[in-house]
Amino acid sequence: MADKKSLGSAESEYHFEHDYSAGLAHVSADKIADPGLEPHRVRMTDKSVKHEKTAARQVAIWFFVSIIGSISAIVAYFAFPITDDLGTVRNNTFFVGVSIALGMLAIGFGAVHWAKTLMPDAEVAEARHQTRGAEDVRARAVEIVNLANQESGFSRRKLIRRSLYGALALFPLPGLVLFKDMTTNADPTETLRHTMWKKGTRLTTDPTGTPIKAADLTIGSVFHVIPEGLNDREDMLEQKAKAAVLLVRLDPEEIKSQKELDWGYDGIVAYSKICTHVGCPVALYEQHTHNLLCPCHQSTFDLANDCAVVFGPATRALPQLQITVDAEGYLVAKGDFAEPVGPSFWERTA
Amino acid sequence: MSFLNRKSSVSRRKPMAAAIVIAAGLLITGGGYAAATAAITSHQSSTVASAAQIDEGHKLFLANCASCHGKSAEGTQNAPTLIGVGAASVDFQVSSGRMPAQASGPQMPTKNSQFTDAQIASLAAYVASLAPGPAIPTAAQVAPNGDATRGGELFRTNCAMCHNAAGAGGALTQGKYAPALTDTEPKEFYEAMITGPQNMPVFNDANLTPADKKDIITYLVYLQKHPSPGGLNLDNLGPVAEGLFVWIFVLGGIIGITVWLGAKSN
Repeated sequence: MADKKSLGSAESEYHFEHDYSAGLAHVSADKIADPGLEPHRVRMTDKSVKHEKTAARQVAIWFFVSIIGSISAIVAYFAFPITDDLGTVRNNTFFVGVSIALGMLAIGFGAVHWAKTLMPDAEVAEARHQTRGAEDVRARAVEIVNLANQESGFSRRKLIRRSLYGALALFPLPGLVLFKDMTTNADPTETLRHTMWKKGTRLTTDPTGTPIKAADLTIGSVFHVIPEGLNDREDMLEQKAKAAVLLVRLDPEEIKSQKELDWGYDGIVAYSKICTHVGCPVALYEQHTHNLLCPCHQSTFDLANDCAVVFGPATRALPQLQITVDAEGYLVAKGDFAEPVGPSFWERTA
Repeated sequence: MSFLNRKSSVSRRKPMAAAIVIAAGLLITGGGYAAATAAITSHQSSTVASAAQIDEGHKLFLANCASCHGKSAEGTQNAPTLIGVGAASVDFQVSSGRMPAQASGPQMPTKNSQFTDAQIASLAAYVASLAPGPAIPTAAQVAPNGDATRGGELFRTNCAMCHNAAGAGGALTQGKYAPALTDTEPKEFYEAMITGPQNMPVFNDANLTPADKKDIITYLVYLQKHPSPGGLNLDNLGPVAEGLFVWIFVLGGIIGITVWLGAKSN
C-alpha cells in the first residue's frame, strides 16, 4: 500500500476525511509543521451591497470594452486599408491588433474580476484519490490480459513472436540511414580549409561581379570583393561566406609589414573579410586610422600592420590574399589563402 | 481591522499605479516615434566660379580655416591639406556644419552651418581653384529617381556595416561613429561617397558608378520618406533595443497581470 498521510489541519467544510495516496510524489517527513490555511478574510463585496454592485458594474464594463474592441477591429480593418504603400501596413496592423487584443483580453479580465469579487471565495482543500485500483478491477485486468494471450497464442507460437520482435527492431533503421544523408558528405575539414580563390581568379566587386583594375583604386577607397564567377555558382552563399575579401589601397609608406607589401600590389592589399573570432564580416574600415572593426564583438585589426589584432576577442590576424595584376591590368589572386579563413575549428592545426 | 484595511488599501493601489505608468510610457514612446518624419528638399548648387567668387572664398578661408589648414591650405599638424580635396568636400563639410570645427576630438559633429549658401560656394570655388578635385554633384546626379531595390543591395554591401541597414548609424573605434542617415540630404550622400569625409573610405566612380550612387541615394530617400511597416522602429538599433523593450514593457506587463491574478480581492 502507498504511504498514507492525513492532510493537516484545514478547517474547511470541504475537507475530506478519508486517506489518500501520495501518488508518484516522494513524501518525506516535514521538519516544519504544515501551517494549514490562512484564516478566511471576508471581502468588501460580501460585506457591503454598494461594493457588490460596483464590482458587478466593473465586470460588465470589461465585457463592454471587449464588445467595443471586437467592433473596432472590424472598423479598423476597413478604415486603414493596406494599399501599395508598404507604410499603410503599419496603421492597419496596429489598430486591428490592438482592437482584437482588447476584444479577447477584456473578456478574460472581466471573468477573472467576476470570479475574484463576486463568486464564492471559500478556501477548499481537496484530497487526492488513491492511484491504486480496487482489487476486483485489478483481477479483471489480469484476466483480460491472460485471455488475450491464450486466444492469440502469443506465448505459445514462438515463430510468430520472435519474427515480430525482429520486424519491430528493424523498422526504424531506414530512418537512421536517411538521417545520415542530411549532412554533407564532404569532409568538413577540407571544406573549411579552402576557398574559391585560385591562381588567376579575378577580384570582382560585390554584388555586381565587375572585374577591378589596379588603377580603379585610389588611396583611401575600399572595395568589397568576391571572386569572379561566384554569382554563377549554385553554392553561391556557402562560397561567399568563405571567399569575401576587403580590398584597400594604402600609401605603401604607411604599411608597416613587409609581408603585407609583398603580398599586395603597389599598396593595394586584400584581406579576408571573415573575422577570426566567430566569423562575422569585418568591414568597418576607418580610412585614416586604418582600423578594421568587426561589428559583432568589436575585434579591431590594424590594416597597416598585416591586420594584426589591436583590440577585442579575436586572437589571429585576418588572412591576407596574395594578389597581382594579369596581362589586361585586372587584379587577380595568386592562389588561395595560405591559411584557413574565419574562426578556429577543431581540426585546425595552425 | 485597521491593520487589514491598511494592508488592503496598499495592495489595491499598487497594481493600478503600475498599469497607469506602463500605459503612459507606451503612449509617450509610441506617439514620439510616430511623430518623427523627415522632409527632404532638393538642393540646387551653382557650379560657375568667377574670379571674384574665388577671391571672396580666399578671404573667408583666411578668416575661418587657415588657422588649422594653413594659409595656403597646405595643412598643419592639426589638420590635413585641402589641396586637391575638391569643391564637393568643402560643400559637404561646411554646409553640414562639421567645419569650421568647434573643438578637436575624435570626430567632428554636425551643427548649424555658420555660412550662407553663397559663402559656401565661394569657399568651395577657392579650394577647387587650388587643385582639381571632386566637384559638387549636379541636381540631376543626386535626384532620387533610380532603382531603390538595387540601391538597397549596394547599400547593404558597401555601407550598412557602418551606417546600419536602415541608415541609423553606428559606433566605430575610440569615440568615432558613422552618423545616422535619416536627415541627410541627397547631395550630402553623393559628396560623402566621392570625398570620403573624416574616416569614411572613398567610393570612387570605378567602385560605385554614378548610376550606383543614384540608386543608393534613391534607397536612402525611400527609407527617409516611408515609415517602418513593422510599427515602432525603436531607432532601428537592432536586437538590443528591441530586446530591452520586450524585457521592460512586455515582461513587466506579464508580471503585472500575474500579480493581479494571484492577489485576493479586498
